[in-house]
Amino acid sequence: MTVDLAPVWLSLQLATATTVILLVLGTPLAWWLARSASWLTGPIAAVVALPLVLPPTVLGFYLLVALGPHGVIGGVTSSLGWGALAFTFPGLVIGSVIYSLPFVVRPIQDAFQAIGQGPLEAAATLRASRWDRFFSVTLPLSRRGYLTAATLGFAHTMGEFGVVLMIGGNIPGATRVLSIAIYDHVEALEYSQAHLLAGGMLLFSFMVLLGLHIINKRLERIGA
Amino acid sequence: MGNRLQFATLVFGTIGIASIPVAQPQARTDEVVVAVAANFTGAMKTIAAKYTARTGNKVTISYGSTGKLYAQIKNGAPFDVFLAADAQRPRLLEDEGRALAGSRFTYAIGRLVLWSPNKEYIDNKGNVLHHGDYRHLAIANPKTAPYGAAARDVLLALGLWRRLQRRLVYGENIAQTYQFVASGNAELGFVALSQVMTHEPSTRGSLWHIPAGLYRPIEQQAVLLRSGRATAAESFLSFLRGPEARTVIESFGYATPPTSSGANHRPRQTVRKK
Repeated sequence: MTVDLAPVWLSLQLATATTVILLVLGTPLAWWLARSASWLTGPIAAVVALPLVLPPTVLGFYLLVALGPHGVIGGVTSSLGWGALAFTFPGLVIGSVIYSLPFVVRPIQDAFQAIGQGPLEAAATLRASRWDRFFSVTLPLSRRGYLTAATLGFAHTMGEFGVVLMIGGNIPGATRVLSIAIYDHVEALEYSQAHLLAGGMLLFSFMVLLGLHIINKRLERIGA
Repeated sequence: MGNRLQFATLVFGTIGIASIPVAQPQARTDEVVVAVAANFTGAMKTIAAKYTARTGNKVTISYGSTGKLYAQIKNGAPFDVFLAADAQRPRLLEDEGRALAGSRFTYAIGRLVLWSPNKEYIDNKGNVLHHGDYRHLAIANPKTAPYGAAARDVLLALGLWRRLQRRLVYGENIAQTYQFVASGNAELGFVALSQVMTHEPSTRGSLWHIPAGLYRPIEQQAVLLRSGRATAAESFLSFLRGPEARTVIESFGYATPPTSSGANHRPRQTVRKK
């Protein structure tokens, strides 16, 4: 029995890229959601949470249309000479960023809200600039939120299936991620390969959640 | 006390109602549950409507790749009849004792085409495969979809299989493959002629009818499953063999086997000894 491990590697790459992008994009978004008094926070928060409740088929369908040569995103990328993004790794990254958005934004937003005004005002009286306050006060105090956000974003992307099935095209090395490879093996009745990959995925997910729990407990104890 | 009783009735009543259709959908004799290979979707809908109009029996249809449906049947899916896109899976089911021996017959012979919704894209010799500037060529997964295996045959025969590896995208069944091309995400793809036939001629785009010598014939076989107890199942299968269904099948671009005079469609019964 030979098991192709390329899908595992591909899933790890996809999850890493997605998590990094989401942490960068999610921070200002979460900050705005936590602090702004605008009436727009309600609708935007709802949009951010949508991937939690929408079936992956809905996202996959819209993405397939949007990424295609006549779609909103695909039209732009085509005119830039990059071609349409369906069936490509960047296409999967876009899909995953949308799909995992709430898992990253929500914990960061909660962390920002938990800090409250006190520490930031104190820092301001010490003449800390806005950026200084953010990097020296807000970020350190939010590290548990960031840890949860990164872990959930990463793990959720590792387990992504429906969206990839619809926009991926099952291409080895480009879009055949772990979950798709497992599905493929099951369909072809290659149960031993499916067992190996599925068991690995189960173990991995369990370890991630257990690790998160342990680290969180430790951070709690040292009072972060 | 009375309240409690009412509550219990409500709870168990609800459970009872909820479990009836799930537990035994095939127990009703006026309903036949059919697992259908995705390429036959269009023809099946028409045939099912005609059958229901004729007999009053209800037809419930599940679509998927032949490989997936086969795996589901092996694992106890509650289907009465299996319309595969090949002869291999029905034969395996027969060998494994999951299908009724002798019930197997060829209901349609599939035709593979290279298709694009763009009217000018595909020439009638398939030269576009060699010289086209396409980024993606869609085929169905050769491991689970017989039309995918046929597409691989063609590319191997043309000596293109290796060269095109990086441009191939795989649909998990022929319906998804078709959808990849129809949505424009892949410029062209190998699909079933029957799928293109569901379009009006004016919107059919361009296609190349693949010469039969380039791929193994797609002999699509039907089989009666052991798990199916519906008497409607047998009547459905004989309807599928009848002239009315044949007309529909041919109108979707399939060939049909020579008319059965009884022994004709009985496939070779030389049981392979293991």
